[in-house]
Amino acid sequence: MSTQPGGYYLPSPSHWPIFGSIALFLMAFGGVLMMNGAGGGTATLVVGVLVMIYMLVGWFGTVIGESESGKYNKQVDVSFRWGMSWFIFSEVMFFAAFFGALFYMRVLSVPWLADADTAALLWPGFTAEWPASGPAIAEQFTPMGAWGLPAINTAILLTSGVTITIAHWALKENKRSTLNWFMFLTIALGLTFIAVQAYEYGHAYKDLNLTLESGAYGATFFMLTGFHGFHVTVGTIMLIVIWLRCLKGHFKPENHFGFEGVAWYWHFVDVVWLGLFVFVYWL
Amino acid sequence: MEAVHEHDHSHDHPTGLMRWVTTTNHKDIGTMYLWFSFAMFMVGGVMALIIRTELFQPGLQVVQPEFFNQMTTLHGLIMVFGAIMPAFVGFANWQIPMMIGAPDMAFPRMNNWSFWLLPPAGTLLVLSMFVPGGSAGVGWTMYAPLTVQQGMGMDLVIFAVHILGMSSIMGSINIVTTILNLRAPGMTMMKMPLFVWTWLITAYLLIAAMPVLAGAVTMTLTDRHFGTHFFNAAGGGDPVLFQHIFWFFGHPEVYIIAIPAFGVISQVIPAFSRKPLFGYASMVYATASIAILSFLVWAHHMYTVGMPVEAQLYYMFATMLIAVPTGVKVFNWVATMWKGSMTFETPMLFAIGFLFLFTLGGFTGLVLALTPVDVQLHDTYYVVAHFHYVMVAGALFSAFAGVYFWLPKWIGKMYDETLGKWHFWLSIIFFNLTFFVQHFLGLAGMPRRIPDYSLQFADFNMISSIGAFGFGLSQLLFLYILIKAIRSGEKAPEKPWDGADTLEWTHLPTPAPYHSFETPPTVK
Amino acid sequence: MRLKAFSRLLFLATAMLMAGLASAEYQLNLKPAKTALGEAVYDLHTLVMIIITVIFIGVFGFMFYAIFKHRKSVGHQAAHFHENTTVEIVWTVIPVFILIGLAWPATKALLEMRDTSAPDMTIKVTGYQWKWGYEYLDDDVKFYSSLATPRDQIQGDAEKGEHYLLEVDKPLVVPVGKKVRILTTANDVLHAWYVPELAVKQDAIPGFIRDTWFQAEETGTFRGQCAELCGKEHGFMPIVVNVVSEDDYKIWVAEQKSAGGAAAYDPGKTYSVAELTSAGEAVYKAHCVACHQPNGSGMPPTFPALTGGMISTGPIANHLDIVLNGSKKNPMMAAFGAQLSDMEIAAVVTYERNALGNSLGDSLQPGEVAAARK
Ligand code: HEA
Ligand code: HEA
Ligand code: HEC
Ligand code: CUA
Ligand SMILES: [Cu+2]
Repeated sequence: MSTQPGGYYLPSPSHWPIFGSIALFLMAFGGVLMMNGAGGGTATLVVGVLVMIYMLVGWFGTVIGESESGKYNKQVDVSFRWGMSWFIFSEVMFFAAFFGALFYMRVLSVPWLADADTAALLWPGFTAEWPASGPAIAEQFTPMGAWGLPAINTAILLTSGVTITIAHWALKENKRSTLNWFMFLTIALGLTFIAVQAYEYGHAYKDLNLTLESGAYGATFFMLTGFHGFHVTVGTIMLIVIWLRCLKGHFKPENHFGFEGVAWYWHFVDVVWLGLFVFVYWL
Repeated sequence: MEAVHEHDHSHDHPTGLMRWVTTTNHKDIGTMYLWFSFAMFMVGGVMALIIRTELFQPGLQVVQPEFFNQMTTLHGLIMVFGAIMPAFVGFANWQIPMMIGAPDMAFPRMNNWSFWLLPPAGTLLVLSMFVPGGSAGVGWTMYAPLTVQQGMGMDLVIFAVHILGMSSIMGSINIVTTILNLRAPGMTMMKMPLFVWTWLITAYLLIAAMPVLAGAVTMTLTDRHFGTHFFNAAGGGDPVLFQHIFWFFGHPEVYIIAIPAFGVISQVIPAFSRKPLFGYASMVYATASIAILSFLVWAHHMYTVGMPVEAQLYYMFATMLIAVPTGVKVFNWVATMWKGSMTFETPMLFAIGFLFLFTLGGFTGLVLALTPVDVQLHDTYYVVAHFHYVMVAGALFSAFAGVYFWLPKWIGKMYDETLGKWHFWLSIIFFNLTFFVQHFLGLAGMPRRIPDYSLQFADFNMISSIGAFGFGLSQLLFLYILIKAIRSGEKAPEKPWDGADTLEWTHLPTPAPYHSFETPPTVK
Repeated sequence: MRLKAFSRLLFLATAMLMAGLASAEYQLNLKPAKTALGEAVYDLHTLVMIIITVIFIGVFGFMFYAIFKHRKSVGHQAAHFHENTTVEIVWTVIPVFILIGLAWPATKALLEMRDTSAPDMTIKVTGYQWKWGYEYLDDDVKFYSSLATPRDQIQGDAEKGEHYLLEVDKPLVVPVGKKVRILTTANDVLHAWYVPELAVKQDAIPGFIRDTWFQAEETGTFRGQCAELCGKEHGFMPIVVNVVSEDDYKIWVAEQKSAGGAAAYDPGKTYSVAELTSAGEAVYKAHCVACHQPNGSGMPPTFPALTGGMISTGPIANHLDIVLNGSKKNPMMAAFGAQLSDMEIAAVVTYERNALGNSLGDSLQPGEVAAARK
């Protein structure tokens, strides 16, 4: 807990990271056991997740406490901004890998399979079109249309981008009740999005016969929307935490990076969705 | 202030093991990175020796083929992710705050986590050898669809890679933020020591590349267990897709290994030439160009997969282009030595060894860049020789140079100069004995990743194996030198190297105090 | 001082070693090519070697000169220059030109290498774990080619032969002077078809056809290996190409057609256990031994033992099923129905039940296999 004369805050030793490491180890090991049908997997995984939650609550709790007791100065604030920006950039690259897979299959591998010698010798009769489940998957599926629920979800997420911006503006103007209400609205929109997405998955499995195993289309559809949905969920949890903090009177008009970081993250999730909507659902 | 500190030390700072588990100090964390890296180097090295023992002569003598494949895989993974990368992150932790006049890293707690993710990941890797069916026998490149055939060892490796990736990303975010935000007043970007620059650029490479690797292994995992068809033609996927994603990470990865090594060399050569680094600005631009180019050349690892010829041509030209900025760096280092006043202590010897052998490895890289030639040499021992020149004589030698160079600053004691020189000469001789002959093997057509070979390859393999054992034993000498220095080394002078002129030498006592710059220095 | 003496000694030893290498008949370079394209590759390699050797000597000539002249121990004082825009531009631009000079022949060779048009004949090559399948698309000839080196040579129980690990039971045969187009694909995982002296290496990718070509200029036997990690026997799937004269090739094709291989059987005949067992041994050695081992012991837990195995000593229908259709649990046990004839399957199943330490005494007739295929 030493604050440098230069004004830089240095945290004291912390036991949170090691909990995080233990949690990840248990989660990984438990997951492996589970996927391979060995005993004890689920239990190990659950313990890992619990430790992880404990760690997250504790670690963020510590940071929030430090922030509220005024230990962070301008420079720390800038550090947080850099840190959050590059974290989001790394997330963008993670999604890029899956978008890359999608483009590769649509533009290259599916046409190749229906082309020249490959088609003639290995996959007679296969024609390349998108959505495709590939030459050797007999089960038919119906692709997910863009203009039903997905379009509604797009509207929901875009609106939530607006509401959180209004909330942010209110925070800067110190209009606390507007802030709280618009935060609530944003969270509600986020939860609605998740619910609609869950319904859509059920629809896909039950009515469209569209599953993770439906070849190239199914794999990219579920992995991209799935990881996105996971990020929305995490984002919503973060929003809830921030909302509770708002209700407790945290954040000042001139200093509220915790809020801004979550807002950035929310916008990132929003932008990824636009990419998804265009390339997965629409085109 | 002092009183506050006393208070801190007596109450908040655990001692013993818990000091290391909970520390938020960049020096403690740097130390842990370096020791972890050395331990992993030993583990990976022993695996290399198992490989070389099996290859000592034709026939199967010591291990079964599938175990051999697992050794190759784990050797590659452990050396790259467990030994070399953590070693340079260790340097970054120790040096960057000292070199830019900062009190510590920007996120000290996250820094702790970045390190402490490594032991679980390493454990998962090692553990994979002991589960039914053994570890993954797929090569460090983990090409689909062989990965689908593997047992649960493969899943452990996949999760280990995930965790290693998280560690690297967090470490990099920390480094970027520290460099951009915590520089002392007056330390403009173009005044930063080159080591700091190289790490800034490397950190960007890591942040952009590691998530892509995470994506690749995640797809492997779902193909294995959840019925997706990313890498399976039956469902419209393509095994080659994995290779594209992997190498989009993998090629930048090799520069992630090389660029911090360039940084260390750029500190050591001027110090022992007693002359400022030649072409500082062009060094910065060259490093940045290498980094940018490194994202544009990945498919030179895939010349034989049957890409369209236009793509092959593009990748060939782009790959060749990397020789230009790398050449600029080599020329600048030689120009730094030119008309200097050189002395040849161990760090300088390793730096010169680096320069000489890395360039050799770079040249064989250029040979491989030529697609028609690579079609002959791809997946042969020529490639193995190429990358051990750039990674062992390159990155590893640079790490040795860095350790000898900064050890006095870190522990306040000197290493044994005579033994250090022995370490260098033994290493360089046995290194070449091990890997130079592998060029011949590759040219003659010996494939890599095979546990047994035809009789024409026998002699060179024997030489290579002898060299490997010599090289390995020489590294025990390194361990001895370190322990000796730590336990009974002579006290280091305040500034053991005449030519060293960065902040840690000019503004901090030797050994460096636990907290670097309590007040930021002013840089003119 | 001690150090100096020692390093001199080592230097001397290394120099002598190198000299020894140079005088003995060691293969230090690419193998001389047997195709025109191979020669182009060889020349390109020579060119790049000359360029990099010259640059290497140049750069390190400077460096070693500096190391000897500009050292403190000879009293050299450090200069203070640290940049010079002119030289920096020069040593950026000159390499660009060198590289362009290199890219030109490389591009020519590459364009030629990838030009698979107008072949004289086409062969489809399929990689299996761990053998090669060859199919002559124009001549209707089809066979498998697997390692012929006996296991005891590998284990060190017998003297290793001249072509240790580079010999197969049935080599690929092609005519000299003809442009042979090779189509590669794979059945299970990646493999790569690599014959150094013919200057070909092409990955074999399951589900895709990729192609390459060669045109051998002289007759002879050329040996290569699988060059992509494909599992445990990756080191044991060699390639042998016999390049023969046009006439010999015709004779060979005719032989292949008349022999019909082991595929033919007499439908009216009931084969005895002994007949089937002895025919089955060859099939077993070619297709099964890699996983289930010469004595049937397998490698538990990955590869089950056939000696006393649940299926291999259980009902014969199940035994036939797993060989014909593969295992549902583990894709490593492939569906051999696609690769083996009725006769071969009948033979190998009978063999497994009456050898390898099993002696059930029952047999499977080729007709039953045909019936099971539907
Ligand atoms: C530290 C790591 C490192 C570094 C720095 C490099 C540097 C380079 N590498 Fe290497 N490479 C690897 C690590 C590295 N590589 C690894 C690990 C693999 C194998 C992975 C696997 O399959 O397992 C590999 C494989 C590999 C391949 C694929 C081979 C194959 O599998 O078939 C190729 C092909 O183009 C290649 C090329 C190059 C080139 C052109 C450079 C260039 O950057 C080199 C540039 C340097 C110079 C050229 C020397 C100095 C320059 C001058 C003095 C200027 C004047 C020179 C001229 C004008 C010629 N590398
Ligand atoms: C930076 C990374 C790095 C480093 C440092 C090394 C170091 C070494 N490597 Fe490796 N290597 C790789 C990265 C690296 N390697 C990669 C990426 C691959 C590709 C994998 C793949 O194909 O998937 C590879 C593959 C590879 C192969 C090819 C395997 C194959 O294709 O099947 C070989 C074979 O000779 C080899 C040898 C060695 C040797 C002898 C060392 C030596 O330098 C090691 C020396 C160190 C020690 C020996 C340990 C220290 C000493 C002791 C612990 C004391 C005990 C010693 C004695 C009793 C003598 N390596
Ligand atoms: C690539 C490796 C591989 C090859 C080659 C192979 N097998 Fe198998 N075999 C397996 C594996 C793995 C299993 C276990 C399958 C399972 O668990 O369902 C198996 C199982 C079997 C079984 C059942 C064993 C038992 O009793 O439980 C029989 C019989 C068998 N194989 C016969 C053959 C025959 C005949 C051949 C050659 C024509 C052959 N195998 C080639 C891998 C192989
Ligand atoms: Cu087939 Cu390697
Ligand atoms: Cu590369």
